[in-house]
Amino acid sequence: MSDTGFIPNFRAGATAMAPLIVAVMPIGLVFGAVAAGKGLSGAEVTLMSALVFAGGSQFVAMDIWTHPASWAALAFSALLVNARHVLMSASLGAKLQGFSGPAKYASMLLLADEIWAMAEMRAKEGKLTPAWFAGVAVPFYFVWVTTSLAGALLGAFLGDPKVTGLDFAFPAVFIVLVLGFWKGRETGAVLAASAAAAVLTHQFLPGVWYIAAGAVAGVAVALFASRSQEVRA
Amino acid sequence: MTVDPNTLLAIVAMAIATIATRIGGLVLIRFVTIGEAQRRALEAIPPAVLMAVIAPTALVTGPAETIAAVVTALVAMRLPLLAAVAAGVVTVAILRMALGA
Repeated sequence: MSDTGFIPNFRAGATAMAPLIVAVMPIGLVFGAVAAGKGLSGAEVTLMSALVFAGGSQFVAMDIWTHPASWAALAFSALLVNARHVLMSASLGAKLQGFSGPAKYASMLLLADEIWAMAEMRAKEGKLTPAWFAGVAVPFYFVWVTTSLAGALLGAFLGDPKVTGLDFAFPAVFIVLVLGFWKGRETGAVLAASAAAAVLTHQFLPGVWYIAAGAVAGVAVALFASRSQEVRA
Repeated sequence: MTVDPNTLLAIVAMAIATIATRIGGLVLIRFVTIGEAQRRALEAIPPAVLMAVIAPTALVTGPAETIAAVVTALVAMRLPLLAAVAAGVVTVAILRMALGA
């Protein structure tokens, strides 16, 4: 078999994902430690990482955690933090030509930001296959779940992530990824609109509305730019 | 290693909410035809979402984070992802210490 087989494709995906897998380890440890500090047991931390598998919403959940846990507040906050997934799955879903129906839905269940961004990059090159996606998603998933548990067990030994700078690992990953989507002036306008809307919303509204605001502003600018181009043409 | 029933309920509720957002887009595009405008909107989603996530950290958290964001971007133009991330993390740690933030 050449590089079209399942195993080589899976391995290529996992290799491409390796830097992000390394970067997610400290985040998983920190999440586990924070959750243990909030009184969650190792089993509960593992369950949350395995079933929710969305770091941002899990950290927000720890911010608003109560005893006993309020399922309605936590579900609503997860819905809000993860609302961007609707856009992400719409965008990536249109590029899953080689995927069977069930494979499409299975893939979307593992749609974390980092996995999605890598898959979008691959799709841009026209080489996104189910095996490659699995290679990106499955190891990342297991590392997230196991490092969360390890963090819960190690807890206080880990030190403050703000001091080590490890809380900056994920913003840094996203900064690098966003550069990959640069296509010229039009992208610049999308980025500027998204950044401005996100920062403004972040300053004036609590919670995570800023992600939705930035996403909507960026998409609106892209639509506006395309319409003004049509008018000129 | 116990699981509290209220905690389990909350975790399952969070999981259902998250799954709904992940499947939502896939269901949505089955009912919307992708024309030129829709294609442009979909194309703008990745950079717009990524930028929205990082903007508050990179722009209004403090000088350490802003400078580290710039360093990360500059290193990324020459070196692979992991090197750029490491440069960002080291920069932010040093600057926070130096600036006492």
